[in-house]
Amino acid sequence: MDDLYREIIIERNRSPLYKGTLEPHDITFEDENPLCGDVIRIDLRIDENDKVTEALFSGHGCAISQASADLLVESIIGKGVDEIKALTKADILDLLGIELGAVRLKCALLSLKVLKAGIYGLNEASDSLVEDA
Amino acid sequence: MGITISNNPQRQDFPILSRKISDNVSLVYLDSAATSQKPNQVISAMDAYYRNNNANIHRGIHVLAEEATAEYERAREKIANFIGVKNVKQIVFTKNTTESINLVAYSWGRKNLKTSDHIILTEMEHHSNLVPWYILAEELGFQIDFVPFDREGMLDIDQYQRLLENKPKLVAFTHMSNVFGTINPVGEMVKLAHAAGAVALVDGAQSIPHFPVNVSELNIDFLAFSGHKMCGPTGIGVLYGKIELLDSMPPFLGGGDMIKKVRLGSFKPNEVPYKFEAGTPPIAEVIGLGAAVDYLETIGMKNVFRHEQELTAYGFDGLSKIQGVSVIGPAVDKRGGVLSFVMEGVHPHDVSQVLDQDGVAVRAGHHCAMPLHEKLGIPASTRASLYLYNDKSDLDKLFFAVERVKSIFG
Ligand SMILES: Cc1ncc(COP(=O)(O)O)c(C=O)c1O
Repeated sequence: MDDLYREIIIERNRSPLYKGTLEPHDITFEDENPLCGDVIRIDLRIDENDKVTEALFSGHGCAISQASADLLVESIIGKGVDEIKALTKADILDLLGIELGAVRLKCALLSLKVLKAGIYGLNEASDSLVEDA
Repeated sequence: MGITISNNPQRQDFPILSRKISDNVSLVYLDSAATSQKPNQVISAMDAYYRNNNANIHRGIHVLAEEATAEYERAREKIANFIGVKNVKQIVFTKNTTESINLVAYSWGRKNLKTSDHIILTEMEHHSNLVPWYILAEELGFQIDFVPFDREGMLDIDQYQRLLENKPKLVAFTHMSNVFGTINPVGEMVKLAHAAGAVALVDGAQSIPHFPVNVSELNIDFLAFSGHKMCGPTGIGVLYGKIELLDSMPPFLGGGDMIKKVRLGSFKPNEVPYKFEAGTPPIAEVIGLGAAVDYLETIGMKNVFRHEQELTAYGFDGLSKIQGVSVIGPAVDKRGGVLSFVMEGVHPHDVSQVLDQDGVAVRAGHHCAMPLHEKLGIPASTRASLYLYNDKSDLDKLFFAVERVKSIFG
């Protein structure tokens, strides 16, 4: 019954491990989900080999959006920029370990959208960043 | 007629209310402010129309076309009567409240509003009574003033009176807030608007379905509402307008049915209401709305309102007793059957997701009222909204599910 709220989601929502901001940072990006008011910002530090050395997220929103941001940020530390560009919706669902309907999927994917828009240096995040090819 | 707040007999009329959401979980529908469920009477009327009478209206000289036209026009009479209107020509069919308001903006507004003008809206409007005016203001350059709401979610009438000193051309406001449930003093506000020389548009999306409204007594100039929130189908809405206003307005959409004569290069518009009903209208939906009005009248709108007031009091009380839950908006005697609430530390999306697992359908989000939520400093709220088919058992299940949210996120 409470599949959606697996312990990890409740836990990471309540006590995120990667919440905060990085000053200075190499990349920062923020976006919101206008339907529910979820806001996510992600800050990154990247070394000369294009690897993420530090990452934190900030913002507010539902448990799904917050937990997925925390888990995503955790998963990219040490990863190369190219690896991050290759992340998909499926990777987020794997991290969360749940299936989601269309509405909640937007909450879960906000952090990936923000991350990719930042990595690509875009002015605006677009849904196409997280749509599966 | 018997609507009772326990074992409500009206439920039987709504087939969807007996479906299951999953094994052993029944539906508890508390999202009627978004759209209401439909009784058998409405579903059958539309079904019968398609089975027996389907034809295009106002053209074609055959039995089906005549029957369809007669039923369509009979529905218009029922609706006029339902809101206290004598002249049925003042009832224009649209798609929904949103289209009705857009019709007034594009037709009346574009003709009558100029750069130097003011109009008045309120801070508690649904986006559908904000955005059409923003679009028009961008085009024409008039100024929009907003009546604020106070901490209780009540409009500040003193401030409204001060804004009326700007001699606005139009005042447009909701009869009942779809977030707070606040029932605004429409009669008084219209009177003040008229005294200042303004035309008054009322958004009746949340009032017409829930309590008796007599537009003639209230002296409303334009009233917009939607069929789907009052037991009728989607795709049909109504614009009521005073005849002298409707007569003076240019057409909105051009096409068939809205013209008297078309020459190469020119046209002469039809009379109201047809001037505003271009193209083939949603005939089955109009007939369905007529059946919905019959249904509501059989129960009696006073009874509907009384029932919802009793349930609202029960719901307000029950939710307020749960620690960490705050209901937003005014006291029970100033509101209709809408209970929006926030829960400490739990986002409304998570609340409604857990409620959904218990079969409890509520709405989470900003309910198309972003400016309102911004002013309250909350991104969203969870809204339980009531209708004639609900009873105490629905609210008991809501309370239980909200307690479960607490235990999951606690
Ligand atoms: C107060 C209010 N106005 C307008 C609307 C818009 O209604 P519709 O979507 O049917 O046009 C709604 C319902 O969503 C509402 O609650």
